Amino acid sequence: MQIVVCLKQIPDLQQIRIKRDTREPVLEGVPLLFGDMDKNALEEAVRIVEREGGKVTALALGSPKLRDTIKEALAMGADEAVLLIDPAFADSDTSTTAKILAKAIEKIECDLILCGEGSTDNYSGQVPSRLAETLGLSQVTYVRKLEFTEGGLRATRDMEEALEVVEAPLPALVSVTSEINEPRLPSLIQILRASKKPLQEWTGEELSLSAHEVGKEASSLEVIRNLAPEQERKNIILEGKIDEVVEQLTDALTREGVIAR
Amino acid sequence: MAEILVFSEKDEIAFELLSKGREMKEELGLGLAAALLGPEVEGRSSQYFSYGAEKVYLGESALLADFYVETYAPALQRVAEEGGAQILLLGSTKRGKELASRVAQRLGAGCITDAIDLRLEGDGLVADRYALGGNTVASEVIKTERKVIAVMPKTFEALPLKAGEGQTVRLDLELLEPRVRVVERRAKEGGAVNIEEAEVLVCIGRGLGAEEDLEMIWKLAAALGGEVGCTKSLASDYGWLSEERIVGLSGKKCNPRLYLGIGISGQIQHTVGILGSKIIVAINKDPQAPIFKIADYGIEGDLYEVVPRLAERLTTP
Repeated sequence: MQIVVCLKQIPDLQQIRIKRDTREPVLEGVPLLFGDMDKNALEEAVRIVEREGGKVTALALGSPKLRDTIKEALAMGADEAVLLIDPAFADSDTSTTAKILAKAIEKIECDLILCGEGSTDNYSGQVPSRLAETLGLSQVTYVRKLEFTEGGLRATRDMEEALEVVEAPLPALVSVTSEINEPRLPSLIQILRASKKPLQEWTGEELSLSAHEVGKEASSLEVIRNLAPEQERKNIILEGKIDEVVEQLTDALTREGVIAR
Repeated sequence: MAEILVFSEKDEIAFELLSKGREMKEELGLGLAAALLGPEVEGRSSQYFSYGAEKVYLGESALLADFYVETYAPALQRVAEEGGAQILLLGSTKRGKELASRVAQRLGAGCITDAIDLRLEGDGLVADRYALGGNTVASEVIKTERKVIAVMPKTFEALPLKAGEGQTVRLDLELLEPRVRVVERRAKEGGAVNIEEAEVLVCIGRGLGAEEDLEMIWKLAAALGGEVGCTKSLASDYGWLSEERIVGLSGKKCNPRLYLGIGISGQIQHTVGILGSKIIVAINKDPQAPIFKIADYGIEGDLYEVVPRLAERLTTP
């Protein structure tokens, strides 16, 4: 099985600080990594290939720092990586990201494309659907269990109210939830070996994409503000002996009209 | 006339979106329409009129019996093109999100999913959504002529009209047999809980030492007439509660009157699901826990002491 795993480079969300006066997020100096569910997708791909043979290609779009970020994916078990790095790709929205990924995937032979159900930062979940549509593939989203049958795949989808088992022919695009597996932590040897694995870099030129078809210029969205939400909370810490604080709390909640007494 | 087109596989969400659509259509100079897709849908149109749809498109096909995004996307695209839809409003359920993205790609449209607010600013339609893992709220505008927006359930109130009538338009859909096939559907373990509906939500986190200690959390929730929710690790890693009870970025977004966070540190991945609460109470033995920063009332104490006393006090007349 030839599998392409799409990975998004995101800032480490735990390390984002908020400027107190302007409520703006501070992204400078925040390390970049791959999203949680992207790692689930990669882990699943590596397990499939360990079981059934084949090859895992890690495909990622991002800044030049990707050359560093990708090492983790290779250490986790991807056989090779393709990095899509071009200044023109910066600020791509979901539709241009899907366009770039689709062009790259057309150059890579594969039976299965795996993605996380959403990125850990923006969680829009749009890229898998847009990519499947662009490539004319079936999509099976929100997958928490993936098996293969004679004719294709069988997947358990995690919907709000129920689990839905579906079958689909290959090639197909599958997006996974965090329940599907526990991504491995690579060993030191795997980390050392990662740098010897094949790594290719493609720019817009290799993908026959001109600068105005991608990035900010072609983006269908404009972010007009991106600020930490205003939280006007009372921030009252109740103090005293335990019985006193419990009484203060029930009194306060009664006053607020949120409990009936 | 170009229009706002509403669709959700869940009628109640479509009614919320129609109610919001009524508010915006005059200013935008657009009509308000809804799409009904399925094997037999005509009977539902009168309800849609009563929420303000001026036109209801009926797309009936046996191929729409199961929700496959591959058949629903071309069906909705056909409706959008028929009526010249300028704004498509969908529900941001799991199915709604994947449909919004796939139909947007087919229409060459920009798309925003998980919108938590929608309003007109200047001449444009602005949607808010959480970004950077819940650290921020991004206000976004779509630059393409057609715009697809998937709105979180319960963002707007469904307000029926006293009377409503409109026109139905029946469409012939030419759909292909989907390549994906549902072979089994089963209810999730843990029964049907809907913590999003709860007026009082008692959430528990990793401060809880053992599964059996959940009993006191249930007692407190019962005393408050509320539901129990949890952080992701308690359900996904420990399996103490069903995944239906996870609150936060990868779980439910809740707007209860009262939220109690017990033994919860307050990581953004959880708190993004409770920011709409009227009153937030935090109980945690670590005074430095970030949850106190977003709380109205905080008790710095051991949950094993506080929770039983609180439950007792609430049940003592």
